[in-house]
Amino acid sequence: MTDFSQSLALIAAEELLTVVGLVLLLCAAWMGDKASRMISIVAVAALVACAFIAAPALCGGLMGPERVAFMGQYTADAFAAFAKLLIYASGIASLIVAPRFFGQVGAMRAEYPILILFAVLGMNMMVSATDFLTLYIGLELNSLAAYVLASFLRNDERSAEAGLKYFVLGALASGIILFGMSLTYGFTGSTNFTAVALAMDGTLATGALFGLIFVLAGLAFKISAVPFHMWTPDVYEGAPTPVTTFFATAPKVAALALTMRVALGAFGTQVDAWQQIVIFVSLASIVVGALGAIGQSNIKRLLAYSSINNVGFLLIGLAAATQEGASAMLVYLAIYVAMSVAGFVVVLMLRDAEGRPVEVIADMAGLSRTRPALAWALAAVMFSLAGIPPLFGFWGKFVVFQAAVNADLIALAAIGIAASVIGAFYYLKVVKIVFFDEPANVVAESGESGVDALAHKVMLLIACLFISPLGYLLTPWLGELADKAAAALYFVG
Amino acid sequence: MIEIIVFAPLLAAIIAGLGNRLIGNLPAKIVTTGALLISCALSWPIFIGFMTGSETAYVDPVLKWVQSGTMNFDWALRVDTLTAVMLVVITSVSALVHLYSWGYMDEDPDQPRFFAYLSLFTFAMLMLVTADNLVQMFFGWEGVGLASYLLIGFWFKKPSASAAAIKAFVVNRVGDLGFMMGIFGVFLVFGTTSIPEILDRAPEMAGSTIGFLGMRVDTMTVLCLLLFIGAMGKSAQLGLHTWLPDAMEGPTPVSALIHAATMVTAGVFMVCRLSPLFETSQTALTFVTFIGAATCFFAATIGTTQTDIKRVIAYSTCSQLGYMFFAAGVGAYGAAMFHLFTHAFFKALLFLGAGSVIHAMHHEQDMRYYGGLRKHIPITFWAMMAGTLAITGVGIWFLHAGFAGFHSKDAILESAFASGTEMGRFAFFMGIVAALLTSFYSWRLMFLTFWGKPRWIESEHIQHTVHKTPEEAGADTTGGYHPHESPWVMLTPLVILSLGAVFAGFVWSPYFLDSAAFWNGSIFYNEHLVHAMHNVDTWVKVAPGVVMLIGLAIAWNNYIRDPQAPARFVGMFGGVYTFLKNKWYFDELYDLIFVKPAFWLGRKFWKWGDVGTIDRFGPDGAAWVVAQGSHYARRVQTGYLYSYALVMLLGLIAAISWIMVR
Repeated sequence: MTDFSQSLALIAAEELLTVVGLVLLLCAAWMGDKASRMISIVAVAALVACAFIAAPALCGGLMGPERVAFMGQYTADAFAAFAKLLIYASGIASLIVAPRFFGQVGAMRAEYPILILFAVLGMNMMVSATDFLTLYIGLELNSLAAYVLASFLRNDERSAEAGLKYFVLGALASGIILFGMSLTYGFTGSTNFTAVALAMDGTLATGALFGLIFVLAGLAFKISAVPFHMWTPDVYEGAPTPVTTFFATAPKVAALALTMRVALGAFGTQVDAWQQIVIFVSLASIVVGALGAIGQSNIKRLLAYSSINNVGFLLIGLAAATQEGASAMLVYLAIYVAMSVAGFVVVLMLRDAEGRPVEVIADMAGLSRTRPALAWALAAVMFSLAGIPPLFGFWGKFVVFQAAVNADLIALAAIGIAASVIGAFYYLKVVKIVFFDEPANVVAESGESGVDALAHKVMLLIACLFISPLGYLLTPWLGELADKAAAALYFVG
Repeated sequence: MIEIIVFAPLLAAIIAGLGNRLIGNLPAKIVTTGALLISCALSWPIFIGFMTGSETAYVDPVLKWVQSGTMNFDWALRVDTLTAVMLVVITSVSALVHLYSWGYMDEDPDQPRFFAYLSLFTFAMLMLVTADNLVQMFFGWEGVGLASYLLIGFWFKKPSASAAAIKAFVVNRVGDLGFMMGIFGVFLVFGTTSIPEILDRAPEMAGSTIGFLGMRVDTMTVLCLLLFIGAMGKSAQLGLHTWLPDAMEGPTPVSALIHAATMVTAGVFMVCRLSPLFETSQTALTFVTFIGAATCFFAATIGTTQTDIKRVIAYSTCSQLGYMFFAAGVGAYGAAMFHLFTHAFFKALLFLGAGSVIHAMHHEQDMRYYGGLRKHIPITFWAMMAGTLAITGVGIWFLHAGFAGFHSKDAILESAFASGTEMGRFAFFMGIVAALLTSFYSWRLMFLTFWGKPRWIESEHIQHTVHKTPEEAGADTTGGYHPHESPWVMLTPLVILSLGAVFAGFVWSPYFLDSAAFWNGSIFYNEHLVHAMHNVDTWVKVAPGVVMLIGLAIAWNNYIRDPQAPARFVGMFGGVYTFLKNKWYFDELYDLIFVKPAFWLGRKFWKWGDVGTIDRFGPDGAAWVVAQGSHYARRVQTGYLYSYALVMLLGLIAAISWIMVR
C-alpha cells in the first residue's frame, strides 16, 4: 500500500490535466474564442506531457501494490498506461483536426479543447479505476464532456439531435450501471474490484448475477456493442467530424479497457457467468455492424457501423478470458485507433467546391483521379479495416482469433472469420466507388496550405504508415508492450 | 554431358518463353535452335559410342525427388542403347525442325512462343526417354502431352485449332489413366517404380494372379495391358487414334516433330523399354500385336481417300506406328525400334516436304488443287521423292540394299511371319495389305502434287492471291500463280533428312536387327526370332516388294494414265468410299457414345447442380441473406429514441433471462 503522498504522485497525469483544464477554462472565460488556438496548443502540450508520464510505466511494465493509490481505488499500472497512451493519441488527433473544421463553419470556440481535456481526464480515471466508485466518477466525467461535444454545433439540427440522443441513452446506461453496482455492493459488501472478485468466488446468488449483468450491460453501451449500439450511427453522423473522430477512438479505448478490468478483474472469478453473453454480444456486433454498414450512403455512418463491427472482433479477445486474449485486444485497439484516425482524417480532408464537408459516399466517385493520394490513403484504410493482408488491420484480427483458438473458442473464431467476409463487402465497395466509378467531381482540389492542412497530411501519413505493411515491423515491439500491459492486468498481489 | 543434352532445351525454352517480346524474335530463335544443335552434337557421339561398343550403360543421378515410406525415387538420367537411339532421333529431328521453322514461321507474330514450346517439348521428350523410373517417365509423358496441346493450339484464335488441341489432350487423358493405373499396379506388385528393378523381378511374378475389378486375373497381363493403354493413347492406336489427324491443325513443323517423329513413338519406346515385362504375358503381347496390325491396316485404308496432304501423312503415321507395335507384339523389339528410327527420318521428311509444298502453294493443303509442281519446286520434289521411296520400302531383296523403309518394314513383316503364331500370321497379312495401301496413297500423293496439269486456280487461297475466279482464268489453270521454292533454311533440313531416308536403313540395319551386343540388354533381344526372320520363305521376303509395285501401278493408272478412274471407282463403290472418307465413322461414334452424354451430364450438373443448388444456396443465397439482413438492420434503426431504449432494455432482459434459465 502506498501512503497519501505517494498516491498523489501516482496520479500526476490526472492532476496535470485537471490544473491545465481549469486554468484554460479561466483563460477561455477571460479571452474568449480568440484564444482558442492558443488553448488548443496548450491542451496538446498537456496531453504530450501526460504521455511522457505514462510511457515509463508502460515500458517498465510496472504493476503491483506500489502502483495502487488511495487504498485500492486507483491503479496506475502498465495496463492503464497502455490505454492512456492510446487515449492521449486520440485526443491529440481530435484537437489537431478541430480548428480547420470548425473554422470553416465559423464555430471554433475555446470550450472545445477544454472539453476534450476533461473527457480525457475522465477516461484516465476509467482505465485506472479499480473501484466501482472511481469507475463511475470517471465514466460520468467523460460522458458529460462527451454529451456537450456531440452537440457542439448548437445551431446544427443534427448535432443538437446527436447530443440529445447521446445524453438520454447515456443517462439510461448510467442508471443501469449504477443499479448493477448497487446490487454488486449489496451482495459482496465492497466496491473494490479485488474484494468483489474474492467475494464472488464460488456459487453466486441471483442478485449478484443481476448486478454483474447490469454493470456489463452499462459498459456495453459505452463500447457500443449490440444490442446497446443503437445510438452510435446517429451520434457519429450528427456530431461534428472532429468530435466523431474522438468518439470513435478514445472513449472506445477507455470503455474497453474498463470493461476488461471489470470483467477480468472484478468479475474474473465468474467467467462462466458472462462468457457466453460476451460471445453472443461479440457475434451480434460483428454481424449487425456488417449488415448495417452495407446499406449506408454516409461515410460517417458507415464508419460508425464499422466501429460496432470492430468492437465485435475486440470482444472475441475478451470472450477468450485469458491473458493472451487481453494482450490481443490491446494490440487490436492500437491498430484500430490508427485506422479510425486515418479514416476520419480522410473524411475531414474531403471538401466540395464551396468548402463544405463531403460525407456522401457516392460523391467520392472517381476520387482516385482528382485526388489520388487521398484515394490511396482511403483504400489503405478500407483494406486494413476489412482485415486484408498485408495491411496491418489483418494482424489485429489475427492475434484476436489466435487468442480465441488457444482458448478453445474455435467455433467463435470460425464464425468471426466468416462474418468478416460480409464486412469486406462494404469496405471494398467504397474502394470500388473511389477507384472505378465515373468521377462525380464533387470533391474539390485541396489547394489549401498552412499549418492546419499540413498537420492533417502529416497525421494521415503517420497513421497510414502504421497501418501499411510497414506496421508489421512494429509487431515485436507492440506485442511486447501489450504483453506487459496484459500481465499488469492479470497481476495478482 | 547427358545433363547438357537434356537441360539445354529447357533452359532455351525458359529464356525464349519468359523473354518473349522482351528479347524479340531473332534472339529467341538463336537461343532455342542453338541449344538443340548443341544437344544434337552431343547426342551423336553417345550413339556412335554404343555402336562401336566403347560406351557402356550408366545412370546419372540428378536430384532427390520423393522419399515417402517405402516409395523412393530420384530424378536420374538413364543412358543405354535404347536411350541413345531415341536421343539421336529426338535431337536431330528437333534441331532440323527448329531450323526449318525459321523459314516456315517467318511471318508469324508469335515466334518466341513457338520456339519456346518446341524446345520445351524437346526437353520433356528427352526426360521421357532418359527416365530411370516410371514416375519420371510419366513426367516426361505428361510434359510432351502438354507441349503437344500448346503447339496444336498454337494458332489459338482458330476455333478448329483450339478444338483439336482439346481433343488431343482429352483423348490422351484416357490413355494416361491406363498408364497411371499401370504405374500404381506396378508399385503395388513390385513395391518400386524403378525400371531396372521391375524388369529384373518381372519373371518371378509371371503366372501370379491379382484381384482386379472383382476378378482374379493374371498379374502381369493386367499390368501390361494397363501400361499398353497408355501407349495406345500417346501413339494413336486404333480406338484412341482420333486425335492424331485433327492434330494437323498445328503448324506443319510441329506435325513433323511431334506427330510423326518423336512424341507419337513414345508408346513404342515404352513397350520396348519394358519389353522384359511384356515378355512375361503372352496374352498382353497378343493384344499388342492385334492392335498394331489392326491399326496398320485401318489407318492405311483411310489414308487412301483423304485429300488434305497433311492428313494423308497423318494417317500414314498412324499406320506405320501400327507396324512398330505389332513388331513389338511378336517379340521383334529391335525391328520395332529400327522402324521407329527410320520412320522418324522419312516421316519428318515427308511432313517438312509437305510443309514446303504448302508454303509454296500459299497455305493450300488440298491435294486436289495441286498438280504439276515438279518443275516449280524441284528440291522439295526430290526430297519428297526420297521420302516416298523410303516409306513404300523400295529396295532389292537379294542385294539387301534399299531405302530406309525397305530394311525396317521388311524386317517387321518377316519377323511377324517368322514368329509362327496365329496372331503373327494375321499381323503379317494385315501388314502386307497395308504395304500395298501405303504404296498406293504415297504415290497418289506424289502424283496429285507433282505430276499432271496444275489445278491451282480452283483453290480459294490461290484465288485470293491472284485475284481471279476460275472462270476468269479460263484455260490457264495456274491462274498466273508462280509457286516459289522455299528458302534455304527450309531446304537444308529436307536435304539432310533425305540422306537419312536413303541411307539410314542400309547403314544401321546390321546393328538394330542383328546385333545383341548393340542392344546390350536394353531391350529384350530374341535371338531365336532374329534367326528365324532371316530364314523365312522367299515369297515372304518378296511379297512386300510385289505389293509395293502393285500399289504404285494402281496409283499410276488412276492418277497419271486415266485420271477419271477414281471417279468411276467412287461411282461403283460409293459405300466403301464414303465409309473410308468418313474415317470409319469413329468420330461420329465417339460423339454419340461419349461426347454427347458427357455434354448432357455436364449441362445437367451445371444447371441443376451448380446454378440450381450450389449457387442458389451458396453464394447467391448468402448474398440474399446479407441483403435482407442489411434491410432489417436499417429498418430497426428508426431514429426514435424510445425504440433505441427499448432495444437496450430488451437486450438487458434477454441477458438476464439467459442467466436465470441457464
